[in-house]
Amino acid sequence: MTPIFFDHISTTPLDPRVFAAMRPYFTELYGNPSSHIHDQGQEGLKAVDAARSSVAALIGAKPGEIVFTSGATESNNLAVKGAAGASAEKWKHIVATEVEHFSVLNALIPLSNRGYEVTLLPVDTDGKVDPEDVRKAIRSDTLLVSVMHANSEIGTIEPVAEIGRIAKGRGVLFHMDATASAGHLPLDVGEIGADLVTLSAHNFYGPKGTGALYVREGVALESQIDGGFQERGFRAGTENVPGIVGMGAAAAIARDEREGWAAHLRRLEGKLREGVGKTVEHLHFTGHPTDRLPGHVSFWVEFAEGESLLLFLNVHGVMAASGSACSSNLRGHDEEDLVASPVLRAIGVPSDICTGSITFSMGKGNTEGEVDHVLGTLPGIVKRLWEMSPTYLDYQKKKA
Amino acid sequence: MEKGEAAMSTGPYSAKVMEHFMNPRNVGEIENADGVGEVGNPACGDMMRLYLKVEAGRIVDAKFRTFGCGAAIASSSMLTEMIKGKTVEEAQAITNQQVAEALDGLPPVKIHCSVMAEQAVKSALDDYAKKHP
Repeated sequence: MTPIFFDHISTTPLDPRVFAAMRPYFTELYGNPSSHIHDQGQEGLKAVDAARSSVAALIGAKPGEIVFTSGATESNNLAVKGAAGASAEKWKHIVATEVEHFSVLNALIPLSNRGYEVTLLPVDTDGKVDPEDVRKAIRSDTLLVSVMHANSEIGTIEPVAEIGRIAKGRGVLFHMDATASAGHLPLDVGEIGADLVTLSAHNFYGPKGTGALYVREGVALESQIDGGFQERGFRAGTENVPGIVGMGAAAAIARDEREGWAAHLRRLEGKLREGVGKTVEHLHFTGHPTDRLPGHVSFWVEFAEGESLLLFLNVHGVMAASGSACSSNLRGHDEEDLVASPVLRAIGVPSDICTGSITFSMGKGNTEGEVDHVLGTLPGIVKRLWEMSPTYLDYQKKKA
Repeated sequence: MEKGEAAMSTGPYSAKVMEHFMNPRNVGEIENADGVGEVGNPACGDMMRLYLKVEAGRIVDAKFRTFGCGAAIASSSMLTEMIKGKTVEEAQAITNQQVAEALDGLPPVKIHCSVMAEQAVKSALDDYAKKHP
């Protein structure tokens, strides 16, 4: 059978319509938007402007509030470091959560080395941050609150609108990492009250290497890349025109089709969730049961290690992801890179019985038949690992 | 083999690691084993238990149960193949490098799995020495 891709949280396939839109901008319309004195440059500028409008429309923003970047990692870095760099000395405090992406958490490290204080808020066992905790954490010197819209590993949607209201009420900037949610969940920057929003094209059927940061009109940021004056001075460097065109096309498609995708994915999610819950013993779902990304099912299984599950699934034609202790960075340079998932730690999963969660993240192209295949395969794989596991043996002896 | 299996790439692992992971040798336990070794900890991601049957100073049977990643299971499987038929002294001398080499290498972050295999056989032989002074 054709391999089944259930790892859309890592990336999505480029929509063929997006590819078609991008194509001319490689070989025919190759102009540099900064050289708009001539026709080729004009074409480039027009294309970037059209894409800017399209991305803005996806999130209820004005075109002038969209800054194109190389992706979510750069956007998160620009948001966090850029806000700090542009603010006066007295704003020295940043609030984020324990479950933010590494591109937020690690961007905070050089800031704390420079004297910024960082408060990392805990989450509950469903992975949600309590808006009250945000309210309590904000101080007179708080510059920024950074909370993700939805978590890629456990799927949980955070109460961002409440957090946005709290931040606004206290005059604090609110950055929202919408990498996993944009194009999949309703997202209106005005309703949420966000000042900075991170977007990634390849997470909604656009190309890799292109992202954007929404920067609310009037918000100051220090550019993290020195050079020319592209992107209103927020991001130097010749624009990735084909990538930006692709992101614009993907945003337009998502705007039209998002609700249909979500309905389809909720059906698949319900079927997969119910199925694995019934057929696999000792299975624990992670994340919020209902407030979650559509098509996202995540769990861990006692006595079965995450990477082994993924390897067996791959052999059976199923590609999934894990935040497992062992597999999180297999291509790292040494064992220091083998860190347990901070997200699993944050939601209080006991480390002595869990070394890996499985994340099935489905996309618009997945089918019920593929869910059936996974449901037919997973119980046997789990059983095979249990039969090899000394901890399962001990458990059974204890039970007997 | 299913169609999906034939087309599979080995990912970050050598073909040998995948072969041992998919078809591990000597999984199980030995009742009244002459030596049992246990190393690792599920909290750290892997745990290996090794059972030995020793006759006249020679390992005549070895079985294992392992909780862990692909490299941990493959290292366990390879280790049992390497030590079967060896004398106690020969098995004592097995190093993690030998286990890793026999598997056509392990990714740098997975070297600890071969170390665990070396520790498991040493632990099982210590247990054997205690039981058979």
